[in-house]
Amino acid sequence: MGTGCLVANEWICGEYLRSRASELTDATLQHVWITVVSVLLGLVVAFPLALLVRARPRFAAPVLGLTTVLYAIPSLAMFSLLLPLFGLSAALVVTGLVLYSLTILVRNILAGLAAVPEEAREAARGMGYGPARLLWEVELPLALPAVLAGVRMATVSTVALTTVGALVDYGGLGTLITTGLKSYFKAQVLTASVLCVLLAVAADLLLLGLQRLLTPWTRTGSGPAGGGRGRAGGDRGRAGAGSASGAGSGARIGKEAG
Amino acid sequence: MGAVADAWTWLTTGANWQGESGVTARLLEHLWFSGVCLLASCLIALPLALWLGHIGRGGALAVNLSNVGRAVPTLAVLVLLTLTPLGRHGDLPTIIALVLFAVPPLLTNAYVGMREVDRSVVEAARGMGMSGGQVFRRVELPLAYPLVLIGLRSATVQVIATATLAAMAGGGGLGRIITAGFNTSDTGQVVAGALVVGALALAAEGVLVLVGRLCDPMRATRLTRSPGSSKSAGPADPAAAARAMT
Repeated sequence: MGTGCLVANEWICGEYLRSRASELTDATLQHVWITVVSVLLGLVVAFPLALLVRARPRFAAPVLGLTTVLYAIPSLAMFSLLLPLFGLSAALVVTGLVLYSLTILVRNILAGLAAVPEEAREAARGMGYGPARLLWEVELPLALPAVLAGVRMATVSTVALTTVGALVDYGGLGTLITTGLKSYFKAQVLTASVLCVLLAVAADLLLLGLQRLLTPWTRTGSGPAGGGRGRAGGDRGRAGAGSASGAGSGARIGKEAG
Repeated sequence: MGAVADAWTWLTTGANWQGESGVTARLLEHLWFSGVCLLASCLIALPLALWLGHIGRGGALAVNLSNVGRAVPTLAVLVLLTLTPLGRHGDLPTIIALVLFAVPPLLTNAYVGMREVDRSVVEAARGMGMSGGQVFRRVELPLAYPLVLIGLRSATVQVIATATLAAMAGGGGLGRIITAGFNTSDTGQVVAGALVVGALALAAEGVLVLVGRLCDPMRATRLTRSPGSSKSAGPADPAAAARAMT
């Protein structure tokens, strides 16, 4: 190996890792913050939307329909279309990713809220809980497994989709992948790709840990109650909330993965 | 609204449809690798998923595969394959990357469809003396069919959308129209490209709905048993057919 692997343009190159460590770290950090900001903003937007749909069911069709249509827009087109609005900026990538995350998040929040047992609500109301306290202290904690399952799915697909941000030079590791293609730099492409997958796996495991920490009651019964391993992809046409096959079924899996 | 008008102007300009990088050529390229990819993905995923569903094994694999698939960026796979010797064979990197992308959701959906078949029906069929193969052909497959088809339809739409990424790895297809518009800051062309991709996805889904309805192994049964369709209405009642399909 040694420096020879850079000259020979090998796929795996220790010298590349050493000499470009700072470049790799910067790209990874950019990837992480774009993903984190996108998913957090996605949650901030998705919650009011889900509450609106629940309070006013006539908004269900337009909101769910719109998020589904957004999801079907090719990422390349989405980022290109946002260009006149944002210019070449990270805000462009984040906006696109937020729009994509809404489909999964809104549906999973709705599914989680719909799965709260009516008895729990009745009991809270009987104890004098107002609507806000009922939502915050009873419904949200009970919906948490489904919400977190949605956050996990959204995060993993956001990590993958962030790479397409390379189009406007804000793609984190994706930028390294596309510049590596242009200069035919194999070690850079492979390293960035592997880091990207590792990032997705690490984020998934981290959120799984958070889910277990926050919802200890789901482990006492027979297996996780809202483990998000619902039917993949099959629910696209249906309104996800209230479908029978588990909390994760509300969302459709398999967005074009970056 | 200006962008949509620009897109319309772009789409109605005949010159944009002609030549090597015109819409027609790009559309055909896009159709070619989406179609080949879907065919290959079905040939790989469906037999495996149906078999696993029939014997009731490998559930964790089948279900988790789509979760794993979501973590792998298609762009990274595309670029990696383009840099391998495969990259010298034209569309091959695009097709392989898209197959890797399409197989997991197809597999998961078909497997889940098989497992959601009512167990008591399967037991009854066995009790009637049907062999494993008969149960598969005459009970499980017809009952799982609608879900398998939904999985195929959503995979098709996603493959057509994702195939645009080939443009970022130097491949062809409709993505090239979008990236060309992006490079020249021509929003009208970008919108036009996105619209053509969307139209293609919708058309493909429409074709699959029709083909799916024609090939439905339980077409007659689903029609006569759906609520609200009287016997005299028969199989010609499109509303009943629509209800039966959903």
